[in-house]
Amino acid sequence: MLLEVAGLTKSFGGVNANDDISFSVPEGAIVGLLGPNGAGKTTLFNCITGFLRPDAGRVRFAGVDVTGRSPSDLARRGLVRTFQVMRVFPSLTALENVQVGALLRRGRLGEARRSALDVLDELGLGARADVDARDLTTAERKRLEIARALATEPRAILLDEAMSGLNPKEVGDAVALVQRLRARGITIVLVEHVLEVVMPLAETVVVLQQGRKIAEGPPQQIARDPAVIAAYLGPRFAQG
Amino acid sequence: MDILAQSVTSGVLLGLILALSAAGLTLIWGVMDIVNFAHGDFLMLGMYGTFFAWSILGLDPLVALPGVVIALAAVGVVVYATIIRPVLRGSVLAQIFATFGLGILLRGLAQFFFSPAFRQVGETASSGIVAAGPVSVGREQVVAAAGALIVSLLLFAILDRTTLGTALRATAEDRTAAELMGIDSARMFALAWALGAGCVGAAGALLAIYFPIFPDVGATFGLLAFVTVALGGFGSVTGAVFAGILIGVVVNLAGVLVDPSYKFAIAYALYLVVLSIRPQGLLGRA
Amino acid sequence: MRKRLALAGVALVLIGYPFVFGSATAINIGVLVMLFAMLGTAWNLLGGYAGQISFGHGVFFGLGAYTSTLLLRQFGLSPWAGMLAGAALAAAVAIVVGWPTFRLAGHYFAIATIVVGEITHTIVRNADALGGARGLSLPILPGSFLNYEFHEGRLPYYFVALGLYTVALLVTLEVERRRIGFYLRAIREDQTAAQSVGVSVLQYKLAAAALSAALAALGGTFYAQYVLFIDADSVFPLSLSILIALVPILGGAGHAIGPLLGAAVLIPLSELTRITFGGTGQGLDLVIYGGLIVIIAVLQPGGLVTLPRRLHSPVAPGRKGSA
Repeated sequence: MLLEVAGLTKSFGGVNANDDISFSVPEGAIVGLLGPNGAGKTTLFNCITGFLRPDAGRVRFAGVDVTGRSPSDLARRGLVRTFQVMRVFPSLTALENVQVGALLRRGRLGEARRSALDVLDELGLGARADVDARDLTTAERKRLEIARALATEPRAILLDEAMSGLNPKEVGDAVALVQRLRARGITIVLVEHVLEVVMPLAETVVVLQQGRKIAEGPPQQIARDPAVIAAYLGPRFAQG
Repeated sequence: MDILAQSVTSGVLLGLILALSAAGLTLIWGVMDIVNFAHGDFLMLGMYGTFFAWSILGLDPLVALPGVVIALAAVGVVVYATIIRPVLRGSVLAQIFATFGLGILLRGLAQFFFSPAFRQVGETASSGIVAAGPVSVGREQVVAAAGALIVSLLLFAILDRTTLGTALRATAEDRTAAELMGIDSARMFALAWALGAGCVGAAGALLAIYFPIFPDVGATFGLLAFVTVALGGFGSVTGAVFAGILIGVVVNLAGVLVDPSYKFAIAYALYLVVLSIRPQGLLGRA
Repeated sequence: MRKRLALAGVALVLIGYPFVFGSATAINIGVLVMLFAMLGTAWNLLGGYAGQISFGHGVFFGLGAYTSTLLLRQFGLSPWAGMLAGAALAAAVAIVVGWPTFRLAGHYFAIATIVVGEITHTIVRNADALGGARGLSLPILPGSFLNYEFHEGRLPYYFVALGLYTVALLVTLEVERRRIGFYLRAIREDQTAAQSVGVSVLQYKLAAAALSAALAALGGTFYAQYVLFIDADSVFPLSLSILIALVPILGGAGHAIGPLLGAAVLIPLSELTRITFGGTGQGLDLVIYGGLIVIIAVLQPGGLVTLPRRLHSPVAPGRKGSA
């Protein structure tokens, strides 16, 4: 297992945002993390990637207990993420944004630049390299964030709602991109609240509701799970 | 023991005025995330306004107060419209630069028109001594503090009970959401500057009852207002009031227990200590 | 290539200035411009590149001034050595103070720096061992480069200041060319995102603070050697800390050449208004100085550096070459 989460618990002011959550991600897999808004997905991401310290539970990455390690330490170990609210560096160019990521493994500016240009080309942003990130379109900025994360040469990448706010064509592009990343051997965890995006991509889906894991399994099974249907559509539909 | 009771009392009395001036600052900070570095100089304007109302028109500071508040509120709106609005499209650095420049400009204008001389409001209706047990303080201090408390409560009422106040708090909470509900944020910003400047104008009018008035008087009080606001917590008016009283007491106690020349430094050190434990201030949102 | 040519042009102007404008007043203004250009360049590393706005750089300036002066008075140590000692001490203090304060966000940090400056100012003013409120005068030594004192005209001081500015500028250009330069800008733009791609935010902020503080301390020693007298009110006041920040903000924060532009406009402006209108004590100098700051902020919120870009392409957003 590349990533293992065991008994992870985090509460804010007495409310459990994550309550005893466990799941694991094998190397090279695509795992979907589903749940309605407020289910605790982003909190879970923050706990795994070191932006929040969990109250209880452990996170292991590549066999090492990394609970409570800093985000930058995790990035060095090969675990990176993107953000639900876009966080590009607005007044740096697209190239410079990705260069910041590339500098993690390549100390020399020239090398980092070449590697960043490669990543930009691969993600179809090559023509936009010299544009300030703030002037890119929403879809381009989402892509840029993935490019920046990719430039750190990660083993696993956690994508927080990378497809929300995109039009159907852009969603299609993003899905293709995720498949290409996996083909390169990168492990992927996808957070989405839209089932349709995750179902065709993920081998395993973990469903959260109100901070608890309510289901885990292959997408076909999850789609039929009464608890999941209840969480998404309300209890009346689950019985019917 | 007496001297302690005495200095705690004066501290609370000073703290209430600090609280009022800090509440004005935190209101603007909270609504539009701008720190007005000319805030202390607004206080100075309020003090001069009160002084001239007394010396030229023969008005008691308490009578002059509403006029001073209205005048400062107008200054606040003008400053917002002519200086702040244009720099909103710039970086936070431009905003800092602009309000610092404004502070220097106001100080210069005060020196030019009013001379650097110290002024003092003479005998007023508030003059006298109030004694209670071992504590005796100037009646003007008590009146000023009571006035500050009343104005602060009025501010709370406006923010809490009126539609405009609710709209203002909504804008502070989430500008985009407020705009979606039809609240014009440009109007709310102007209102924040009017209320913020009005508050510090009232603080100036009350302080002028017993404190000497000179062009640089805003420097120390402005700095104390920043510290008070940050100590209380970003955008929290209640926090500003608590922090104001706390700072007032600490400044006075430090003056008595340690050394008068260290009294402000110790209040500042308190800020550092509190912030290193609670980076968001006493009552600030995390 | 164009960048090199521009730098060469600037160098020519700076070297030629005192030969064209040779009056004592003009050279004094030149010295102050160079001094504040270097202080602003020091500030720029932390405030402009890393985005950590400090209104407490007077502390490092004062540390430099007091360290070299005390070492000279007590032990006869050369001010050049004292200057390096002051820089090392300032860097150490920046790290010790930065450790807790860098956790603070935005305005909380800026106000904390003001507060640290005011506390330091108060302590030094009341410390008898440091000369207290009376201040310290420096021993008058024979004028020579080795003694860091010149008594026949201020021209040598101008070139020392120019040299110090050059050091600060070269440090900045070097930072721009390295990983740290990218990381500092990333921290300024979004420190959470920077962390997520492996930037150790605190470590790089501390590095920027140490570098910035050390450079500012060099300026402090220079000031002490130039004026040959220091006291708390001349090297630690808040107004000095603010001026150190205003210079690069005016010129263009986060641009290597910004502080020089800012100093070249702000310092002569402030000196000339003071000389012309200040003697009367009427505050007209402050009115003009403050008024112009407001006007510049309103008309040119990105700093003077952005002026040519806006003139050339009023619509197109800024495009930067990637150094």
